[in-house]
Amino acid sequence: MSVKQRVIRIIAEQALLSPSDVSLDSTLDELGIDSLGIVESLFAIEEEFDISVPFNANSPADSDFDISSVSAIIDGIEKLINE
Amino acid sequence: MKQVVITGAGTINAMGHSVPETLRSMREGQCHIGQLDIRDVDRLDIQIGGQVRGFDAEGRFNRQQISLYDRFTQFTLVAAREAITQSGLEFSGELAAKSGVVLGTAGGGVSTWDDNYRLVYEERKSRVHPFVVPKLMNNAAASHVSMEWNLKGPSFTVATACASSNHAMAQAFAMVQSGVSLAMITGGSESMLCFGGVKAWEGLRVMSHDACRPFSANRNGMVQGEGAGIFVFEEFNHAKSRGADILAEVVGMGMSSDAADIVMPSKQGAARAISQALKNSRLDRDEIGYINAHGTGTVANDKTECAAVADVFGPHADQLMISSTKSMHGHLIGGTGAIELLACIMALREGVIAPTVGYEEPDPECALDVVPNEARDAKVNVTLSNAFAFGGMNAVLALRKV
Repeated sequence: MSVKQRVIRIIAEQALLSPSDVSLDSTLDELGIDSLGIVESLFAIEEEFDISVPFNANSPADSDFDISSVSAIIDGIEKLINE
Repeated sequence: MKQVVITGAGTINAMGHSVPETLRSMREGQCHIGQLDIRDVDRLDIQIGGQVRGFDAEGRFNRQQISLYDRFTQFTLVAAREAITQSGLEFSGELAAKSGVVLGTAGGGVSTWDDNYRLVYEERKSRVHPFVVPKLMNNAAASHVSMEWNLKGPSFTVATACASSNHAMAQAFAMVQSGVSLAMITGGSESMLCFGGVKAWEGLRVMSHDACRPFSANRNGMVQGEGAGIFVFEEFNHAKSRGADILAEVVGMGMSSDAADIVMPSKQGAARAISQALKNSRLDRDEIGYINAHGTGTVANDKTECAAVADVFGPHADQLMISSTKSMHGHLIGGTGAIELLACIMALREGVIAPTVGYEEPDPECALDVVPNEARDAKVNVTLSNAFAFGGMNAVLALRKV
């Protein structure tokens, strides 16, 4: 399974949706994932890929990690895996 | 001063998953202490407890809820549902604004601490689930009750070790009595029956390897239990005007601090709490028919408690009944007073006194009528429920028949 598919599976599970309902341009807000849900999704992603995601829940906009859409999250994770 | 009544009761504990099941076990004098079924039990010196059996958390809560609910919160929500359903109350408008939740627990999410320490220390994991803090915090159970039933008034959690739920209920009583609240959800819960929880208690060497035998000369220590007991305390006129079934009246409470020793009980401290409860309730000591004892089954507690009762009640101490139901459900630590209040309600409503089971040999230092081994039919109008905690903090509640 590709990184993209694995991330979408984690986000879909958090949103209680099927992976086919998660489009790349969706925002987490549109998918019904709240602030606690974001932190839980990032935890699942860190566990899945054994990486550390630089996300600060105090001030998401100032984080080094872009969570503005599903595709932004996938890009960020691919970058972290390649580092 | 308002009158305070109980209009709902709920529980889950080793004796049963509801109030009717629990009272049936108490009437039948069944001991529900047994072999612990927990991870790494073979590495424990103490392997018995009053464990809740057959509890299907997955069947009662969804996955998201389970990720946020420690076992002590799960027990609390199950018991709260039974109590609030029985009361018939629905919280909205002014009632919601003036009703809150005050619960007792000593340890809060002990198994959440335990599971996650295990992950990082034993399994060398570098991160834990993000909900660990909201899951383990001591006020988690009270918060989830407030969210589930829209309770917007004063809400918090009280921690006074083994007296936690009696202190919580004393506080809830004071809030309704003073008019601050129309109704309060109160009681407590505990779930320490995990490896770390039992291991910690082992260290004190006050635990029994075989049974909890309160007041018996051959008693050899306490046995832990787990579960929750939740009640609805309501202002009398509010309850009466809506035709609620009133289970009992809460007539008063007494609280004291020994200011003496961090673990040894004090006769004077216990006696002052009992006397305060009588004074606060404007009761004559001869009116008390039954006392649900703290009765832990340790040498120190039971003789100290009997001496305190003898001091306060004088000749009437030989007329009243005093039993410890911990012999059947174990010591629920911060939740224990809440389960034990059920024995008081049973005495008042059904005229049945729950026994002290496992009683084998009279102890001259506990020479009171401890209702040994078999429940007894008796008419009582007023009962007390004692709780005396480590740290010397004591709370006693007085209930009257309605």
